[in-house]
Amino acid sequence: MRKVVITGMGSVTPIGNTVDAMWTSILEAKCGIGKLTQFDTENCDIKIAAEVKEFDLKNYVKPLEMKKIDRFSQFAIASSYEAYIDSGLQSREFNRDMFSVIFGSAAGGSTIGPEYHKIMEQGCNAVSKMTIPINLVNMAASNIAIKLKAFGTCTPVVTACASGTDCIGKAYRDIKNGYSNVTLAGASDACIQPVFIAGFNSIGALTKSTDPLRASIPFDKDRNGFVMGEGSGSLILEEYEHAKNRKAKIYAEIVGYGSTCDAYSLTSPDFGLKQGIRAIGEAIKEAEISPGEISYINAHGTSTKYNDKYESMLIKSVFCNENPKIAVSSTKSMMGHLLGAAGAVEAIITTKAINENYLPPTIGYQQVDEECNLDYIPNIGRKKKIRYAMSNSLGFGGHNSVLILKSKGD
Amino acid sequence: MFEKIRKILANETSIDEEEITMTSSIHEDLGVDSMDMYNLMDVLEDSFQLKIPEDSKLVTVGDIVKLIEELQK
Repeated sequence: MRKVVITGMGSVTPIGNTVDAMWTSILEAKCGIGKLTQFDTENCDIKIAAEVKEFDLKNYVKPLEMKKIDRFSQFAIASSYEAYIDSGLQSREFNRDMFSVIFGSAAGGSTIGPEYHKIMEQGCNAVSKMTIPINLVNMAASNIAIKLKAFGTCTPVVTACASGTDCIGKAYRDIKNGYSNVTLAGASDACIQPVFIAGFNSIGALTKSTDPLRASIPFDKDRNGFVMGEGSGSLILEEYEHAKNRKAKIYAEIVGYGSTCDAYSLTSPDFGLKQGIRAIGEAIKEAEISPGEISYINAHGTSTKYNDKYESMLIKSVFCNENPKIAVSSTKSMMGHLLGAAGAVEAIITTKAINENYLPPTIGYQQVDEECNLDYIPNIGRKKKIRYAMSNSLGFGGHNSVLILKSKGD
Repeated sequence: MFEKIRKILANETSIDEEEITMTSSIHEDLGVDSMDMYNLMDVLEDSFQLKIPEDSKLVTVGDIVKLIEELQK
Protein backbone atom coordinates (compact mmCIF):
# COMPACT_ATOMS: atom_id res chain seq x y z
CA MET A 1 0.00 0.00 0.00
CA ARG A 2 1.30 3.46 -0.89
CA LYS A 3 2.27 5.58 2.11
CA VAL A 4 1.51 9.32 2.26
CA VAL A 5 3.83 11.87 3.83
CA ILE A 6 3.79 15.62 4.40
CA THR A 7 6.69 17.35 2.64
CA GLY A 8 5.67 21.01 2.65
CA MET A 9 3.59 23.36 4.78
CA GLY A 10 2.35 26.94 4.52
CA SER A 11 -0.05 29.07 6.52
CA VAL A 12 -1.57 32.51 6.86
CA THR A 13 -3.13 33.03 10.29
CA PRO A 14 -4.06 35.71 12.81
CA ILE A 15 -0.90 34.82 14.76
CA GLY A 16 1.57 34.83 11.88
CA ASN A 17 1.64 34.77 8.10
CA THR A 18 4.06 31.85 7.75
CA VAL A 19 4.33 28.49 9.52
CA ASP A 20 7.45 29.66 11.38
CA ALA A 21 5.80 32.89 12.52
CA MET A 22 2.68 31.00 13.62
CA TRP A 23 4.67 28.40 15.52
CA THR A 24 6.72 31.09 17.29
CA SER A 25 3.45 32.69 18.41
CA ILE A 26 2.22 29.31 19.65
CA LEU A 27 5.40 28.82 21.68
CA GLU A 28 4.80 32.29 23.16
CA ALA A 29 1.11 31.41 23.82
CA LYS A 30 0.20 34.56 21.93
CA CYS A 31 -3.41 35.60 21.31
CA GLY A 32 -4.20 36.95 17.82
CA ILE A 33 -7.65 38.26 18.72
CA GLY A 34 -8.34 42.02 18.74
CA LYS A 35 -10.69 44.76 17.64
CA LEU A 36 -12.67 43.94 14.49
CA THR A 37 -11.41 46.51 11.96
CA GLN A 38 -12.62 45.20 8.59
CA PHE A 39 -16.00 46.94 8.82
CA ASP A 40 -17.80 49.42 11.04
CA THR A 41 -19.27 47.49 13.99
CA GLU A 42 -21.30 50.35 15.45
CA ASN A 43 -24.59 48.57 14.69
CA CYS A 44 -23.25 45.10 15.41
CA ASP A 45 -23.06 43.12 18.68
CA ILE A 46 -19.72 41.65 17.68
CA LYS A 47 -16.72 43.90 18.28
CA ILE A 48 -13.74 41.57 18.10
CA ALA A 49 -12.25 39.13 15.62
CA ALA A 50 -9.03 37.29 14.86
CA GLU A 51 -7.80 39.14 11.78
CA VAL A 52 -4.80 38.40 9.61
CA LYS A 53 -2.39 41.33 9.93
CA GLU A 54 0.14 42.90 7.55
CA PHE A 55 -0.76 40.53 4.74
CA ASP A 56 1.03 41.27 1.47
CA LEU A 57 0.73 39.19 -1.68
CA LYS A 58 2.70 41.40 -4.05
CA ASN A 59 5.53 38.89 -4.41
CA TYR A 60 3.15 36.36 -5.90
CA VAL A 61 0.34 38.26 -7.62
CA LYS A 62 0.39 41.22 -9.99
CA PRO A 63 -1.81 44.26 -9.19
CA LEU A 64 -4.07 43.55 -12.19
CA GLU A 65 -4.61 39.96 -11.04
CA MET A 66 -5.50 41.09 -7.52
CA LYS A 67 -8.72 42.60 -8.87
CA LYS A 68 -10.06 39.13 -9.74
CA ILE A 69 -8.87 37.31 -6.62
CA ASP A 70 -10.87 37.47 -3.42
CA ARG A 71 -9.24 37.67 0.01
CA PHE A 72 -9.85 33.94 0.67
CA SER A 73 -8.04 33.08 -2.57
CA GLN A 74 -5.24 35.52 -1.76
CA PHE A 75 -4.62 33.73 1.53
CA ALA A 76 -4.75 30.41 -0.32
CA ILE A 77 -2.15 31.49 -2.89
CA ALA A 78 0.20 32.78 -0.18
CA SER A 79 0.04 29.66 1.99
CA SER A 80 0.28 27.37 -1.04
CA TYR A 81 3.38 29.08 -2.40
CA GLU A 82 4.94 28.74 1.04
CA ALA A 83 4.14 25.02 1.15
CA TYR A 84 5.30 24.46 -2.43
CA ILE A 85 8.62 26.26 -1.92
CA ASP A 86 9.06 24.51 1.44
CA SER A 87 8.65 21.14 -0.29
CA GLY A 88 11.48 21.86 -2.74
CA LEU A 89 9.26 20.84 -5.67
CA GLN A 90 9.57 24.22 -7.39
CA SER A 91 13.11 23.39 -8.41
CA ARG A 92 12.30 19.85 -9.58
CA GLU A 93 10.98 18.20 -12.72
CA PHE A 94 8.07 15.93 -11.82
CA ASN A 95 4.91 14.61 -13.44
CA ARG A 96 2.48 17.48 -13.12
CA ASP A 97 -0.37 15.34 -14.51
CA MET A 98 -0.15 13.53 -11.15
CA PHE A 99 0.05 16.82 -9.19
CA SER A 100 -3.38 17.61 -7.72
CA VAL A 101 -5.06 20.32 -5.71
CA ILE A 102 -7.72 19.41 -3.15
CA PHE A 103 -8.36 22.71 -1.48
CA GLY A 104 -11.61 23.92 0.03
CA SER A 105 -13.35 26.72 1.81
CA ALA A 106 -16.43 26.90 3.99
CA ALA A 107 -17.72 30.09 2.41
CA GLY A 108 -15.82 31.12 -0.72
CA GLY A 109 -15.74 34.73 -1.90
CA SER A 110 -16.91 37.90 -0.21
CA THR A 111 -18.60 40.12 -2.76
CA ILE A 112 -21.96 38.41 -3.39
CA GLY A 113 -23.60 40.62 -0.75
CA PRO A 114 -22.32 43.96 -2.09
CA GLU A 115 -23.03 42.94 -5.69
CA TYR A 116 -26.58 41.92 -4.80
CA HIS A 117 -27.03 45.32 -3.16
CA LYS A 118 -25.77 47.07 -6.32
CA ILE A 119 -28.14 45.08 -8.54
CA MET A 120 -31.14 45.89 -6.34
CA GLU A 121 -30.26 49.60 -6.36
CA GLN A 122 -28.97 50.09 -9.91
CA GLY A 123 -30.16 47.12 -11.96
CA CYS A 124 -28.47 44.01 -13.36
CA ASN A 125 -25.98 45.87 -15.58
CA ALA A 126 -24.31 47.38 -12.50
CA VAL A 127 -22.88 44.01 -11.49
CA SER A 128 -19.09 43.59 -11.58
CA LYS A 129 -17.72 41.24 -14.24
CA MET A 130 -15.56 39.78 -11.46
CA THR A 131 -18.56 38.56 -9.44
CA ILE A 132 -18.38 34.95 -10.58
CA PRO A 133 -14.58 34.42 -10.72
CA ILE A 134 -14.17 36.09 -7.34
CA ASN A 135 -16.90 34.28 -5.44
CA LEU A 136 -17.14 30.66 -6.59
CA VAL A 137 -15.95 28.43 -3.77
CA ASN A 138 -13.62 26.45 -6.08
CA MET A 139 -11.63 29.54 -7.06
CA ALA A 140 -9.02 29.22 -4.32
CA ALA A 141 -8.22 25.74 -5.63
CA SER A 142 -8.22 26.94 -9.24
CA ASN A 143 -5.97 29.92 -8.46
CA ILE A 144 -3.52 27.54 -6.76
CA ALA A 145 -3.58 25.11 -9.70
CA ILE A 146 -2.87 27.96 -12.14
CA LYS A 147 0.00 29.32 -10.05
CA LEU A 148 1.61 25.93 -9.38
CA LYS A 149 0.80 24.34 -12.76
CA ALA A 150 -0.96 21.36 -11.19
CA PHE A 151 -2.75 19.41 -13.93
CA GLY A 152 -4.23 16.60 -11.82
CA THR A 153 -7.65 16.71 -10.20
CA CYS A 154 -8.59 20.12 -8.78
CA THR A 155 -11.35 19.43 -6.30
CA PRO A 156 -12.48 21.58 -3.41
CA VAL A 157 -14.18 19.62 -0.66
CA VAL A 158 -16.77 21.76 1.12
CA THR A 159 -17.88 20.55 4.54
CA ALA A 160 -18.19 23.83 6.47
CA CYS A 161 -15.71 23.91 9.36
CA ALA A 162 -14.44 20.43 8.54
CA SER A 163 -13.43 21.44 4.97
CA GLY A 164 -9.68 21.63 5.64
CA THR A 165 -9.55 18.25 7.36
CA ASP A 166 -11.68 16.62 4.68
CA CYS A 167 -9.53 18.07 1.89
CA ILE A 168 -6.43 16.59 3.52
CA GLY A 169 -8.27 13.31 4.10
CA LYS A 170 -9.43 13.05 0.48
CA ALA A 171 -5.96 14.00 -0.75
CA TYR A 172 -4.49 11.27 1.48
CA ARG A 173 -6.86 8.70 0.01
CA ASP A 174 -6.18 9.88 -3.57
CA ILE A 175 -2.43 9.37 -3.17
CA LYS A 176 -2.83 6.15 -1.21
CA ASN A 177 -4.96 4.70 -4.00
CA GLY A 178 -2.68 5.79 -6.82
CA TYR A 179 -4.68 8.66 -8.32
CA SER A 180 -2.04 11.26 -7.52
CA ASN A 181 1.64 11.42 -6.52
CA VAL A 182 1.68 14.94 -5.09
CA THR A 183 -1.29 16.92 -3.82
CA LEU A 184 -1.57 20.43 -2.49
CA ALA A 185 -4.25 20.07 0.19
CA GLY A 186 -5.86 22.51 2.59
CA ALA A 187 -8.46 25.24 2.87
CA SER A 188 -8.89 28.98 3.30
CA ASP A 189 -11.58 31.34 4.52
CA ALA A 190 -11.95 35.09 4.95
CA CYS A 191 -15.32 35.54 6.65
CA ILE A 192 -14.80 38.62 8.79
CA GLN A 193 -17.57 40.27 6.79
CA PRO A 194 -20.95 41.63 7.84
CA VAL A 195 -23.02 38.80 6.35
CA PHE A 196 -21.07 36.02 8.10
CA ILE A 197 -20.65 37.87 11.40
CA ALA A 198 -24.37 38.74 11.44
CA GLY A 199 -25.39 35.27 10.27
CA PHE A 200 -23.38 33.33 12.84
CA ASN A 201 -24.34 35.84 15.54
CA SER A 202 -28.04 35.42 14.74
CA ILE A 203 -27.85 31.75 15.73
CA GLY A 204 -25.83 32.43 18.87
CA ALA A 205 -22.59 30.93 17.60
CA LEU A 206 -20.35 33.96 18.23
CA THR A 207 -19.19 35.33 21.55
CA LYS A 208 -20.16 38.91 22.34
CA SER A 209 -17.16 39.27 24.63
CA THR A 210 -15.10 42.41 24.12
CA ASP A 211 -12.10 41.08 26.03
CA PRO A 212 -9.74 39.40 23.51
CA LEU A 213 -8.23 37.25 26.26
CA ARG A 214 -11.59 35.95 27.51
CA ALA A 215 -13.35 35.51 24.18
CA SER A 216 -12.13 32.32 22.53
CA ILE A 217 -11.90 30.14 25.65
CA PRO A 218 -12.47 26.54 24.57
CA PHE A 219 -13.60 24.10 27.29
CA ASP A 220 -13.76 26.91 29.90
CA LYS A 221 -17.01 27.02 31.89
CA ASP A 222 -17.54 30.69 30.89
CA ARG A 223 -17.26 30.05 27.13
CA ASN A 224 -20.16 31.49 25.19
CA GLY A 225 -19.33 31.33 21.49
CA PHE A 226 -16.51 31.39 18.98
CA VAL A 227 -14.43 34.29 17.69
CA MET A 228 -14.42 34.69 13.90
CA GLY A 229 -10.96 34.25 12.46
CA GLU A 230 -9.57 34.07 8.95
CA GLY A 231 -6.63 32.47 7.19
CA SER A 232 -5.38 29.55 5.17
CA GLY A 233 -3.44 26.33 5.56
CA SER A 234 -1.70 24.40 2.76
CA LEU A 235 0.12 21.08 2.92
CA ILE A 236 2.06 19.23 0.25
CA LEU A 237 1.10 15.57 0.55
CA GLU A 238 3.34 13.20 -1.33
CA GLU A 239 3.62 9.50 -1.99
CA TYR A 240 6.44 8.23 0.21
CA GLU A 241 8.65 6.69 -2.54
CA HIS A 242 8.22 9.84 -4.66
CA ALA A 243 9.39 11.94 -1.72
CA LYS A 244 12.22 9.56 -0.86
CA ASN A 245 13.50 9.42 -4.44
CA ARG A 246 13.93 13.18 -4.54
CA LYS A 247 15.38 13.23 -1.01
CA ALA A 248 12.61 15.51 0.24
CA LYS A 249 12.42 16.39 3.90
CA ILE A 250 9.51 14.57 5.50
CA TYR A 251 7.57 16.18 8.34
CA ALA A 252 5.17 13.39 9.21
CA GLU A 253 3.11 10.57 7.75
CA ILE A 254 -0.66 10.58 7.43
CA VAL A 255 -1.87 7.18 8.55
CA GLY A 256 -5.59 7.48 9.18
CA TYR A 257 -8.68 9.41 8.17
CA GLY A 258 -12.25 9.10 9.32
CA SER A 259 -15.25 10.93 7.92
CA THR A 260 -18.87 10.47 8.92
CA CYS A 261 -22.09 12.48 9.03
CA ASP A 262 -24.45 12.67 11.99
CA ALA A 263 -27.37 12.99 9.52
CA TYR A 264 -29.16 14.54 12.47
CA SER A 265 -29.16 18.37 12.48
CA LEU A 266 -27.81 21.23 10.35
CA THR A 267 -26.23 23.03 13.29
CA SER A 268 -26.25 20.83 16.41
CA PRO A 269 -23.99 17.87 17.10
CA ASP A 270 -25.72 14.59 17.83
CA PHE A 271 -25.15 13.93 21.52
CA GLY A 272 -25.87 10.29 20.82
CA LEU A 273 -22.19 10.40 19.72
CA LYS A 274 -22.52 7.39 17.43
CA GLN A 275 -21.15 8.91 14.20
CA GLY A 276 -18.54 11.00 16.00
CA ILE A 277 -17.19 7.87 17.67
CA ARG A 278 -17.28 6.06 14.34
CA ALA A 279 -15.22 8.80 12.62
CA ILE A 280 -12.47 8.51 15.24
CA GLY A 281 -12.77 4.72 15.13
CA GLU A 282 -12.40 4.61 11.34
CA ALA A 283 -9.26 6.76 11.51
CA ILE A 284 -7.74 4.63 14.27
CA LYS A 285 -8.60 1.46 12.36
CA GLU A 286 -6.97 2.75 9.17
CA ALA A 287 -3.87 3.74 11.17
CA GLU A 288 -3.76 0.19 12.57
CA ILE A 289 -3.16 1.46 16.09
CA SER A 290 -5.07 1.53 19.37
CA PRO A 291 -6.38 4.66 21.16
CA GLY A 292 -3.65 4.19 23.75
CA GLU A 293 -0.95 4.99 21.18
CA ILE A 294 -2.20 8.52 20.52
CA SER A 295 -0.37 11.12 22.64
CA TYR A 296 -2.06 14.36 21.59
CA ILE A 297 -5.37 15.56 20.15
CA ASN A 298 -5.68 18.95 18.47
CA ALA A 299 -9.38 19.41 19.16
CA HIS A 300 -11.96 21.27 17.13
CA GLY A 301 -12.64 23.14 20.42
CA THR A 302 -14.51 26.19 19.13
CA SER A 303 -15.48 27.74 22.48
CA THR A 304 -19.20 27.23 21.94
CA LYS A 305 -21.20 25.56 24.71
CA TYR A 306 -22.34 22.63 22.61
CA ASN A 307 -19.25 21.89 20.54
CA ASP A 308 -16.87 21.68 23.46
CA LYS A 309 -19.21 19.62 25.59
CA TYR A 310 -19.92 17.25 22.69
CA GLU A 311 -16.28 16.90 21.71
CA SER A 312 -15.21 16.26 25.31
CA MET A 313 -17.84 13.53 25.61
CA LEU A 314 -16.70 12.08 22.30
CA ILE A 315 -13.02 11.98 23.24
CA LYS A 316 -13.83 10.58 26.66
CA SER A 317 -15.97 7.82 25.26
CA VAL A 318 -13.24 6.67 22.83
CA PHE A 319 -10.23 7.12 25.08
CA CYS A 320 -11.61 6.51 28.60
CA ASN A 321 -10.44 2.93 28.90
CA GLU A 322 -7.00 2.88 27.32
CA ASN A 323 -5.93 6.52 27.50
CA PRO A 324 -7.98 8.54 30.03
CA LYS A 325 -5.24 11.14 30.51
CA ILE A 326 -4.90 11.94 26.80
CA ALA A 327 -3.63 15.53 26.26
CA VAL A 328 -6.09 17.67 24.31
CA SER A 329 -5.81 21.33 23.31
CA SER A 330 -7.61 23.84 21.16
CA THR A 331 -5.35 26.25 19.31
CA LYS A 332 -8.48 28.25 18.45
CA SER A 333 -7.85 29.82 21.85
CA MET A 334 -5.00 31.69 20.14
CA MET A 335 -6.37 32.39 16.67
CA GLY A 336 -10.15 32.12 16.85
CA HIS A 337 -12.06 29.94 14.42
CA LEU A 338 -10.77 29.93 10.84
CA LEU A 339 -13.89 28.05 9.68
CA GLY A 340 -12.97 25.79 6.75
CA ALA A 341 -9.30 26.70 7.05
CA ALA A 342 -9.22 25.62 10.70
CA GLY A 343 -8.64 21.92 10.04
CA ALA A 344 -5.83 22.63 7.56
CA VAL A 345 -4.00 24.99 9.91
CA GLU A 346 -4.57 22.60 12.81
CA ALA A 347 -3.11 19.69 10.80
CA ILE A 348 0.00 21.85 10.34
CA ILE A 349 0.09 22.65 14.06
CA THR A 350 -0.33 18.95 14.87
CA THR A 351 2.56 18.15 12.53
CA LYS A 352 4.71 20.81 14.20
CA ALA A 353 3.75 19.42 17.61
CA ILE A 354 5.02 16.00 16.49
CA ASN A 355 8.22 17.43 15.00
CA GLU A 356 9.02 19.68 17.94
CA ASN A 357 7.78 17.30 20.67
CA TYR A 358 5.68 20.13 22.04
CA LEU A 359 2.02 20.14 23.01
CA PRO A 360 0.45 23.56 22.32
CA PRO A 361 -1.67 24.93 25.19
CA THR A 362 -5.28 26.02 25.39
CA ILE A 363 -4.75 29.64 26.43
CA GLY A 364 -7.19 31.81 28.41
CA TYR A 365 -8.39 28.77 30.35
CA GLN A 366 -9.60 29.72 33.86
CA GLN A 367 -12.89 28.11 34.91
CA VAL A 368 -13.18 24.34 35.03
CA ASP A 369 -16.38 22.99 33.51
CA GLU A 370 -17.51 19.73 35.09
CA GLU A 371 -18.97 18.75 31.69
CA CYS A 372 -15.55 19.11 30.05
CA ASN A 373 -13.17 17.18 32.23
CA LEU A 374 -10.15 16.23 30.17
CA ASP A 375 -6.53 17.44 30.23
CA TYR A 376 -6.77 20.54 28.03
CA ILE A 377 -3.12 21.60 28.48
CA PRO A 378 -4.28 24.80 30.21
CA ASN A 379 -2.33 27.98 29.42
CA ILE A 380 1.17 26.50 29.31
CA GLY A 381 2.45 24.19 26.59
CA ARG A 382 4.36 21.02 27.39
CA LYS A 383 7.35 19.11 26.06
CA LYS A 384 6.37 15.58 25.19
CA LYS A 385 7.54 13.01 22.67
CA ILE A 386 4.72 12.23 20.26
CA ARG A 387 4.49 9.21 17.97
CA TYR A 388 0.86 9.53 16.96
CA ALA A 389 -1.39 12.60 17.12
CA MET A 390 -4.95 13.24 16.05
CA SER A 391 -6.71 16.32 14.68
CA ASN A 392 -10.50 16.65 14.89
CA SER A 393 -12.84 18.85 12.90
CA LEU A 394 -16.60 19.14 13.16
CA GLY A 395 -18.71 21.05 10.68
CA PHE A 396 -22.23 22.48 10.51
CA GLY A 397 -24.22 19.92 8.60
CA GLY A 398 -23.10 17.12 10.90
CA HIS A 399 -19.60 16.50 9.52
CA ASN A 400 -17.19 14.57 11.76
CA SER A 401 -13.66 14.46 10.34
CA VAL A 402 -10.53 13.03 11.89
CA LEU A 403 -6.91 12.76 10.79
CA ILE A 404 -4.17 10.71 12.45
CA LEU A 405 -0.55 11.72 11.90
CA LYS A 406 2.52 9.69 12.72
CA SER A 407 6.03 10.82 13.55
CA LYS A 408 8.48 10.46 10.63
CA GLY A 409 10.87 8.64 12.97
CA ASP A 410 9.80 5.12 12.09
CA MET B 1 0.36 58.69 -25.00
CA PHE B 2 2.46 55.52 -25.34
CA GLU B 3 4.61 56.51 -22.34
CA LYS B 4 1.56 57.07 -20.15
CA ILE B 5 -0.07 53.79 -21.17
CA ARG B 6 3.22 51.93 -20.78
CA LYS B 7 3.53 53.21 -17.21
CA ILE B 8 0.00 52.02 -16.39
CA LEU B 9 0.66 48.60 -17.93
CA ALA B 10 3.97 48.26 -16.08
CA ASN B 11 2.31 49.09 -12.76
CA GLU B 12 -0.54 46.64 -13.31
CA THR B 13 1.47 43.72 -14.66
CA SER B 14 4.72 44.17 -12.68
CA ILE B 15 6.67 44.06 -15.98
CA ASP B 16 9.55 46.53 -16.47
CA GLU B 17 8.56 49.54 -18.58
CA GLU B 18 11.54 48.97 -20.88
CA GLU B 19 10.19 45.54 -21.85
CA ILE B 20 6.86 46.96 -23.03
CA THR B 21 6.76 48.12 -26.65
CA MET B 22 4.05 49.13 -29.12
CA THR B 23 4.15 45.60 -30.58
CA SER B 24 3.98 43.75 -27.25
CA SER B 25 1.11 41.26 -27.20
CA ILE B 26 -1.26 42.05 -24.32
CA HIS B 27 -1.96 38.37 -23.74
CA GLU B 28 1.33 36.66 -24.67
CA ASP B 29 3.87 39.24 -23.49
CA LEU B 30 2.05 40.93 -20.63
CA GLY B 31 0.22 37.82 -19.36
CA VAL B 32 -3.17 39.54 -19.36
CA ASP B 33 -6.02 37.01 -19.59
CA SER B 34 -9.66 37.67 -20.50
CA MET B 35 -10.68 38.50 -16.92
CA ASP B 36 -7.65 40.74 -16.46
CA MET B 37 -8.65 42.50 -19.67
CA TYR B 38 -11.94 43.60 -18.14
CA ASN B 39 -10.08 45.06 -15.19
CA LEU B 40 -7.47 46.68 -17.43
CA MET B 41 -10.26 48.43 -19.34
CA ASP B 42 -11.59 49.74 -16.02
CA VAL B 43 -8.14 51.06 -15.11
CA LEU B 44 -7.75 52.77 -18.49
CA GLU B 45 -11.25 54.24 -18.34
CA ASP B 46 -10.50 55.69 -14.89
CA SER B 47 -7.09 56.98 -15.94
CA PHE B 48 -8.29 58.70 -19.11
CA GLN B 49 -11.83 59.51 -18.00
CA LEU B 50 -13.50 57.88 -20.99
CA LYS B 51 -15.65 54.87 -21.87
CA ILE B 52 -14.09 52.06 -23.87
CA PRO B 53 -16.57 50.19 -26.12
CA GLU B 54 -16.98 46.55 -25.02
CA ASP B 55 -16.41 45.23 -28.55
CA SER B 56 -12.96 46.85 -28.89
CA LYS B 57 -10.45 44.46 -30.48
CA LEU B 58 -7.19 44.89 -28.64
CA VAL B 59 -4.25 42.57 -29.32
CA THR B 60 -1.13 44.71 -28.91
CA VAL B 61 -0.12 47.65 -26.75
CA GLY B 62 -0.21 49.72 -29.95
CA ASP B 63 -3.92 48.85 -30.31
CA ILE B 64 -4.57 50.33 -26.86
CA VAL B 65 -2.63 53.51 -27.70
CA LYS B 66 -4.49 53.91 -30.99
CA LEU B 67 -7.90 53.33 -29.36
CA ILE B 68 -7.32 55.79 -26.52
CA GLU B 69 -6.09 58.43 -28.96
CA GLU B 70 -9.21 57.96 -31.11
CA LEU B 71 -11.53 58.11 -28.13
CA GLN B 72 -9.92 61.31 -26.93
CA LYS B 73 -10.53 63.10 -30.25
